[in-house]
Parts: sequence; C-alpha cells; structure tokens
Amino acid sequence: MTGMPATPTPVIELSQVSKIYGHGEGEVRALRGIDLRINAGEFVAVMGPSGSGKSTCMNVLGCLDTPTGGTYKFLGVPVGSMNADQRALLRRNYLGFVFQGFNLLSRTTALENVELPLVYRHVPKEQRRALARKALQEVGLAGRESHVPSQLSGGQQQRVAIARAIVSTPQVLFADEPTGNLDTATSAEIMKLLTGLNEQRGITIAMVTHEPDIASWTRRIVRFRDGNIESDQVNEPVREL
Amino acid sequence: MFGNAIILALREIRRNVLRSSLTILGIVIGVGAVITMVTIGEGATAKVQADIQKLGSNMLQVFRGQGFGGPGGARSSAPPFTMDDVEAIRNEINGVRAVAPTAGTATQAIYGNSNWSTQVTGSDDQYISVRDWPLTTGRNFSESEVRAGAAVCILGETVKRELFGQEDPLGASIRLAKLSCQVIGVLSAKGQSSFGQDQDDLVLLPLRTVQRRMTGNSDVGSMMVSARDGVATEKVQADLERLMRERRKIRMGADDDFTVRDLKEISSAMTSTTRVLTTLLAAVAAVSLLVGGVGIMNIMLVSVTERTREIGTRLAVGAMASDVLLQFLIEAVTLAAFGGIIGIVLGLSAGALATHAFQVPFVLNMGVVMLSFAFSAAVGIIFGYFPAQRAAQLDPIEALRHE
Repeated sequence: MTGMPATPTPVIELSQVSKIYGHGEGEVRALRGIDLRINAGEFVAVMGPSGSGKSTCMNVLGCLDTPTGGTYKFLGVPVGSMNADQRALLRRNYLGFVFQGFNLLSRTTALENVELPLVYRHVPKEQRRALARKALQEVGLAGRESHVPSQLSGGQQQRVAIARAIVSTPQVLFADEPTGNLDTATSAEIMKLLTGLNEQRGITIAMVTHEPDIASWTRRIVRFRDGNIESDQVNEPVREL
Repeated sequence: MFGNAIILALREIRRNVLRSSLTILGIVIGVGAVITMVTIGEGATAKVQADIQKLGSNMLQVFRGQGFGGPGGARSSAPPFTMDDVEAIRNEINGVRAVAPTAGTATQAIYGNSNWSTQVTGSDDQYISVRDWPLTTGRNFSESEVRAGAAVCILGETVKRELFGQEDPLGASIRLAKLSCQVIGVLSAKGQSSFGQDQDDLVLLPLRTVQRRMTGNSDVGSMMVSARDGVATEKVQADLERLMRERRKIRMGADDDFTVRDLKEISSAMTSTTRVLTTLLAAVAAVSLLVGGVGIMNIMLVSVTERTREIGTRLAVGAMASDVLLQFLIEAVTLAAFGGIIGIVLGLSAGALATHAFQVPFVLNMGVVMLSFAFSAAVGIIFGYFPAQRAAQLDPIEALRHE
C-alpha cells in the first residue's frame, strides 16, 4: 500500500460475511452474508435496531471477533486466514477502538492509558510519553495527564479513550456507541472531535450508533436489519454547535 | 518484549496495592507459619537429643523396685543394693567400663551466710566417668578418700553459684547437716534434664561418707553402669538382669524386684515424642499454609472479572495473547517471590526468637523452607496465571463483554 492512488482505496472489503453464534436449536445468525466496502477517509455510521447485527459487524471489522463465513479483506489482505497473533498485530498497527463503556484501565492515569498501545508497539519510553501527551492535548485534555478514570467525567473518559485510539495513528478508528453513555451536549463534543479527526487527520472512522442525531454527523449511513444491510446512503453531515 | 512485560507487570502491581498486598500477605502467613513451627519443633527435638546425650553415653541404670516407682510403691519395699552388688557387677560382667553406686539424701548446704537446700549424692571415683561429666576445676575423689569415707565433696554448678557466687570454692569448708566437708572440685554445668530437673543442683560425696555420717545405713540406692565403647548395651542389660536375679535370689518365674534401664530406650522414646510434637506443629502450620493458599486463591478469583475485561482491552489495543500471559506470569511470580521472601525472613526471625525464648537450639530446615515457599508460590502462580491464560485465549470481544 505505497503511493497515493487517485481513486478511493478500499480499506475494508466484506463479501458474503456471515456470523453464527451457537449451534443447533439455539443458533443465532447475527450476520447473514454482508457485502460492504469502506474506502480510506470515509466516516461511516452503522445503524440499526438492537439485534440487527450492527455491533457484530463492527466487531468482525475490528478483528475483535472472527466471521463464520465469507471473506474479509483489510487493505486487500484476507483476514480470515490470519491467526490470533496476526490479528493482534493488525489491531496493533492499523486499528483504533472506542467503546461505549470507555474500557480504560482503572487506577491507571490518563497518560498511562493512552500510552498502552505504544507499549505493545515497543515505542521507547520518552517517545511514548511525548506521543501520549500530544494525543491528550488533541482531545482537549492537556493538564489531566495524571488523573485516573474515576477522577474524570464520562465525556473526559471517552476523550481519553479516543486519545488512546489515535495515539498510534491508526488507518481505521472503530467506535461502538461512543456516545451511548453520554448526555447530549457531551455527545456533540465527542462527535465534533471525531469529525475533526476524520477531516483533519484523514482517519477512516466506522461508528456504530442507534441515535439518528449522532449518525447525522457522518457522511454515510449504513442501516442493518435482521443481519442484513437494509440501506446504504450518502449523508450530508450537519454542522451544528 | 520481556522488558515491556516487566514494566506492565510492575505497573499493575503498583496500581493494585490492596490486591497485591493481600496476595503477598497470604503467602507470608503460609510460609512464615510453617517455618516458625517447624523451627520450634526441630529445636525441641535437638534439645531432647542433646539432653539425653548429657546423661552419659552407653549408660544403664539399675534401680530397685519396678517401673519408675513412686512413694510407697514397689521400690521402697524391695531390698536395697549393697557395695557387694557393685563389686559383683564390676568383676563378673564383661563389657562394663565403670560402675558407680549412688545413695542420696536431701539436705541443707551451708557456707558462711549462704544456705542452699540441695541433693547429696554419695558415690565413688567412677561417678564422673560413668556420667561423662568433667570437672571444671579441682580434682576427683582419690581411692583412699572413697575407701575411708573422707569429708570431701564435689559441688554441682548450681550449688557452687548459690553458696560461693564468684568466690573460689576450692579448699573451703561447707556444712551439710552436721557434717563439715572440704570442697575439692566443681562439676561442669549440665543444665536441665529433659524432665525439667536441674542436674547441677547436687553435692557429690564419697558413698561411705554419706552412709556413715548422713543416712546411717550401708544401702546403695541405685547403680550406674557404663558399657565399654562398641559393646551392645542390650547384652550388658541382659547380663545385669541375670546377675541381679541370681544375687537377689529371685525364683524362676517370679518378677524382678529391680529395674535395669537403658538410657537409649528413654532417648528413643523422648525423641519419638518430640517427633510427634514436631509433626503436630507442622500439621498446624500446614493448615495455615492452606488458609494462606485459599486467601491467595480468593483474591485472584475475585479479580478475574475485572482482569478479564482488562485483558480484553489489552487485546483490543494490540496485545498478543503471549504479551498478556507473560505480563501476568511476571506479576504472579513477583508477588509470590516477594511474599515468599518476606515469609521466610519473618518465619526464621520468629523461629529464632521462639527458640531463644524456649532455650532450644535453632535448627534451620532448608527442605521445609523450600517446600513452603514452593507451595505458596505455586498457589499464587496457578491462581494468578491460569484464569489469565483462559481469558487471553478468548476472542477479544468475549473478554471485553465478560460479566
């Protein structure tokens, strides 16, 4: 993937991807053969009611979960044949995650939380510190480096999580209901932050949400229903606040 | 990779001070208790063995009566021994190195203003040899003093201290009841016997002196027989029993009215008693080790949920299963090692203090130290590591969703 192609590059390419949980009578078909392409630089919202398969799809995309069938190519490379360690390397080097529940390490300072992906990337200590500080600054948390999660508000914790996701400059940022635990005003701030990261740093973002308000910030909305993609539309992002 | 894992493990220990210290505490208590208990038990065993050694080696005692006797028991009704019995043993039994008769009575010893109630033992010049009991100063009885029943005495360490303090007792005269006698020697200190009796609280006189001037009869209360090196005490014991039955005219089939006791028997009985004691202490300690182990297990298992989600987070941000496992292993090993070392230090210190307080020797049992350390470390590592291993094998999303 060297050089800058003029045409949009597919970062993510799913074809006929399915995911089945359990077997026999209790079998749940969470994904029933999905085709999806996400190009570099896109900001995609994945929507749908509970149990529609949107979160499962996101977990498969983020290599947090393995599909039962179909092929998933990341930057043209099939992920299906990778083992757990190779998928870990893929997450380490190309992906960033933001979760609904923040998933910060408790009793660990904001700075150390943000440093974590860099530790696994074997970045030397000084450089790690500097990058983590810069990322915290970018999400507007300069001065809170030594705070532990319990000393931060929900919105601030989510900012720390975003800083952790972007500190290793990922190709794609996956956000699973990033505003699910936050109030409206804080949600808007988080969305502004994500939009900025997408537009200024060119990070591809795929975000699961069930709130139309949140989805309206993005430029493409994919709707799921019963394990299938119901619609895939271009969206004119709102620019409120 | 290794350096990273160490950083992460130490960071984890540091940020979970409570959990870490509780884990360490479990190991400390387990290891410490076992080491303390076993040290005390082994010290007691060593002490008992040393005490029995002090009584004299290869020694047999001949008492009148049966068993250990008691007031009004068979002992007092059985006829006493005489000097003829002593001579007979000396002359007729092979393998006997020395025989010492004893006759004792309790009396007051007086020197100047000092006054001490003690035990007078009448014997002969063989006594200190039979009991393997050297003099610190002065000399043994001479043959003529023994024969003539001279007014000379040898003091036990306790009597010397009580009557003379720092003064040199040699040549001084002490009074024992109505008898005035000259001090010619002092026995070295033997300390307490295993029965808790002060062995140094005695005054040794020639047997004849005691018989004539104090008890007023010619009885020999008991005899101490020392076997020659390399001679089986069992054989000497059998010969003694045969000779005494003959001399005391005990009919075939009738019970002995005397007892020949081999100190080795007492020694092995005492040793096995303290062994039982040690085992008992070790069992108690093993329970604390187990309780410590359960404590460690609890702490580890309680934190599994939190840790499983943490593992999910780590996997999501790019950790490989092996990164996570190495970190957890280092964490568990570090905690176990910390706890184990603190436990060993505390256990040995407590053991040293206790053995000092009980006046028993301090015996270091490395096997038990290693064993208790290994057990606690194993518990810490197993319960710290295996839940983590299970979590690290999950898909990250399952670990993240762990309830």
